[in-house]
Amino acid sequence: MTTANPTAMIMPADWRDFFALTKPGVMRLVIFTAVCGMLAAPGTIHPVLAFTAILCIAVGAGGAAALNQWWEADLDAVMKRTAGRPIPGGRMDRTSARDFGFALSGLSVMTMGLAIGWLAAGILAFSIFYYAYLYTVWLKPRTPQNIVIGGGAGAFPPLIGWIAVTGDITLMPVLLFLIIFMWTPPHFWALALFVQIDYSKAGIPMMPVVAGERSTRWQILAYAAVLLPLSMTPWFIGGTGMVYGLSALLLSGMFLWLSIKVGLRTSTPGDGMKPEKRLFAYSIFYLFILFAMLVADRYATILGLQA
Amino acid sequence: MNQPIDSRPLTAAETDALRARQRERNKVMGLILGFLVILFFAISIVKITAKPEHKGTEGAEQVEHS
Repeated sequence: MTTANPTAMIMPADWRDFFALTKPGVMRLVIFTAVCGMLAAPGTIHPVLAFTAILCIAVGAGGAAALNQWWEADLDAVMKRTAGRPIPGGRMDRTSARDFGFALSGLSVMTMGLAIGWLAAGILAFSIFYYAYLYTVWLKPRTPQNIVIGGGAGAFPPLIGWIAVTGDITLMPVLLFLIIFMWTPPHFWALALFVQIDYSKAGIPMMPVVAGERSTRWQILAYAAVLLPLSMTPWFIGGTGMVYGLSALLLSGMFLWLSIKVGLRTSTPGDGMKPEKRLFAYSIFYLFILFAMLVADRYATILGLQA
Repeated sequence: MNQPIDSRPLTAAETDALRARQRERNKVMGLILGFLVILFFAISIVKITAKPEHKGTEGAEQVEHS
């Protein structure tokens, strides 16, 4: 299954395919939330070290992504969305992907430890293990709650970014972690609702396939409802000011509204799944803006624009 | 990494393509290693010049002795 094109296997893999293996699209959000966590944290960090920390988080995420694709090459091959990835596409052998993944992971953790500190490095190492093993190998093929647990992996970057600056764990970075944790299920299930045929073919117990659409829609709504107060908690505990608090209210309110539309709907064949697609698109915008406002809030406080 | 498995010798065109691919990979690898050298040098400089918190100002500007 992995050797689709035998003549191509004579060639060593193109470097662009190694780059593709790191999932650059996912990395954008990883880098962005890590930078936000870093900028929102109280304290200062030398720009060179800040750059290094972000680089380590991004490379670590890339390593985890490569390990994920090494493990899942057979599953990727049967899904239309992923069949063109380097390994199922026959442009790279699995061993190369495995070695590349381990090399990136090891390099990023060691560099983080030496340049920033071993607490940040330890959490980075755990986040890679969490995604590449706990999620990919263990839970994804076993439980329809896989996305809930997988969301934890994506929730680490701002936490690590924050800790790179402060050197210790407080309630605020944990809240940032929890916000992304609660955001992931509605974000991903919205996608899963309109690509569910793919997942059932690969035998992955994705929520809409296992529990049915009805239940998935309710759960999207439930997570969005919890996300609204949770996203405002940094304001409630005094970790941020009004700029963030009111932004969170507006953004999460809109998120909840779009989730209500998805949650209370029953799809009919051929209706194009518009509300689901809109929720998915908005969920990405939501996370970008929410974290941008977190940073804006800190600078508003520093500049004396708010108490 | 991916060695040819069959014993058939490569044609000239295949050899050229293989060499081009290897050259490209080496170039990218060289760039990455060069970048890492610069990065680790910069990290070292930052770490060496970082003063303990109670010292205050930059060392170079200080002429006083205790």
